[in-house]
Amino acid sequence: MGEEEGGDPGALFEARALTVRFGGITALEDVSVSIAAGEVLGVIGPNGAGKTTLFNVMCGFTRPHSGTMAWEGRTLTHMRAHRLAGMGIARTLQGVGLFGELTVLENVVAGAERFRRTGLVSAVLGLPRADRDERQLRERALAALAELGCEDVAGRHPTTLPFPIQKRVALARALVAEPRLLLLDEPAGGLGADDLGDLTERIRALRGTTAVMLVEHRMDLVMSVCDRIVVLDFGSVIAEGPPAAIGRDPRVLEAYLGQEPGSGDSRGASAPGETQGASAPGGAAA
Amino acid sequence: MSAIAARARVGRARIGELTLARGLLLALVAAAALFVASELLSSFADLELAEGLYFFCVLAGLTVLTGLSGQISLGHGALMAVGAYGAALLIGEQHWALVPALAAATAITAVVGLLLGAAATRLRGPYLAGATLAFAVGLPALADKYSSTFGGENGLVVNPPNPPSGLGSSLPLERWEAWIAGAGAVIVLFTLHNLVRSGYGRAMRAVRDDEIAASLCGLRVARVQTLAFVVSAACAGLAGGLLTVVLQLASPGAFQLSLSLSLLTAIVLGGLGSLVGAAWGAAVLVLLPSWTRDIANSFSLSTKVSSNMPLAIYGLVLVVAMLAWPSGIQGGVRAGGARLRALVRSRRGG
Ligand SMILES: Nc1ncnc2c1ncn2[C@@H]1O[C@H](COP(=O)(O)OP(=O)(O)O)[C@@H](O)[C@H]1O
Ligand SMILES: [Mg+2]
Repeated sequence: MGEEEGGDPGALFEARALTVRFGGITALEDVSVSIAAGEVLGVIGPNGAGKTTLFNVMCGFTRPHSGTMAWEGRTLTHMRAHRLAGMGIARTLQGVGLFGELTVLENVVAGAERFRRTGLVSAVLGLPRADRDERQLRERALAALAELGCEDVAGRHPTTLPFPIQKRVALARALVAEPRLLLLDEPAGGLGADDLGDLTERIRALRGTTAVMLVEHRMDLVMSVCDRIVVLDFGSVIAEGPPAAIGRDPRVLEAYLGQEPGSGDSRGASAPGETQGASAPGGAAA
Repeated sequence: MSAIAARARVGRARIGELTLARGLLLALVAAAALFVASELLSSFADLELAEGLYFFCVLAGLTVLTGLSGQISLGHGALMAVGAYGAALLIGEQHWALVPALAAATAITAVVGLLLGAAATRLRGPYLAGATLAFAVGLPALADKYSSTFGGENGLVVNPPNPPSGLGSSLPLERWEAWIAGAGAVIVLFTLHNLVRSGYGRAMRAVRDDEIAASLCGLRVARVQTLAFVVSAACAGLAGGLLTVVLQLASPGAFQLSLSLSLLTAIVLGGLGSLVGAAWGAAVLVLLPSWTRDIANSFSLSTKVSSNMPLAIYGLVLVVAMLAWPSGIQGGVRAGGARLRALVRSRRGG
């Protein structure tokens, strides 16, 4: 589209005028969002507002009808999921999305894939350089697990662990890739107060080094960690600003009418299939 | 356990953790065991051993494809046919030496596997099964259509492999065949052992478990799936080539759909995703039919009944085995081993 200079030059990532339609439903309508390096950006809105769809477009799972994106000022018409990790973008999935038959350690090692240096020939011949490479990945993974206090479950299978621990492992798998932009899709879903406090600290600690785009229903979390908040409703951005201003914005309150802003979203434990955007009932945009 | 201890554990590699050392040791032990077995066995049993060894090749590849990468194939019998006919043409018509002919048969089948695998990445579950099924049914028909090249119903006959004169004139042909097949099986064992332990093995399992999460980890889902197909096709091609060498014949009758089905049965029965399970599966494929035939014959029944008895017993054994070991023979062995260790420990403790 040749408008590299069009948007915000300082942005790490920028979505420009994205529109996504599913049949008759407009899931995103002319949505522009940008995030600066190290910024924590909240994306909120009622169920079905288009938050997961926005992430899916950013990850290349959904093609936008129109609009472009830019990463570090370079315009991309579409993303390719397997390229994200290499570019420095990681994402956690709504639910957990861990590999069920892999151990926790293997799950996190898989997340460190971008640091792999050796190829197929070394692997098939079992060369020591492939072993060294694997060891390097494993050490990164163990460090990431230790960082989140999960190193003691490294050998377990995720399905045998309590849900909050699974969510931590999923976060470790995203962080081990050392992303510069982290997309979190409802990371607090299904967490109790203790784990929520922990997550809050975790996101605060990332501020300044890793940009975080946070989709979340738990307003307490969003309000306390975000530098800026974007509010989606029926696929459109209806408000944008610092948390304090958003909390007072009448349009936001109206969008949330009938849907208690402070209420936790109980769909946290739902299947990872949610990532494709299947929406919860009651919030379908017309 | 503390993070420091966990890190120390992975910090330095012990010999046992070196993939190459483990792989070579495994190959060496397998080769030695096969050599001793072939020396002890009768000529007939050596032939059965050779058959079991080429079955191991195809089953090991198939168990990686299905067990690790989560793709089903009903076409591996046909892939064996590609290798078998390839080897038969190269050895019989082109007079290639054994090793290059087998290598070429493997490579040709890998290319066919690449095409099949690339198509397979677009298909899932029943659709993938259907497509590979069509391949399994359609391919043998080619032997009929181009009967001047492929010998029609009769297939292609090749001369028996000549043992090198240095091994002495008393070496039975069957033993030599078992060694050839054994060499192939050991190569497959070594290669797949390394692959399964590597990041590629983990990538296959990750893709099997969750394609979306895998792609977010930077894995190219379609590539990983195609790689699994190519590897397992190469194994099937080598198995087919070895079959030609061992039986001195590549004929359409050997590669019916029933072969593909029994290959799948064998990896499930042996223990899906396990190379040792593939060895169990190979043993089952070779031994079970002759055992059931013997049992059926020992009943001195009318021919009408006795000719169907092997099939009935075969089915019965499969059902019982799957009930007894839901995760395959190797799963049963592992569980048994764990129980034994627990027993020993409790004895010592008490
Ligand atoms: N793959 C899809 N096919 C059809 N409709 C979809 C798909 N993904 C999302 N939608 C629709 O788009 C709208 C936005 O959904 P989503 O992005 O999941 O909302 P949120 O994550 O904000 O709850 C909903 O109306 C949903 O039904
Ligand atoms: Mg959502």
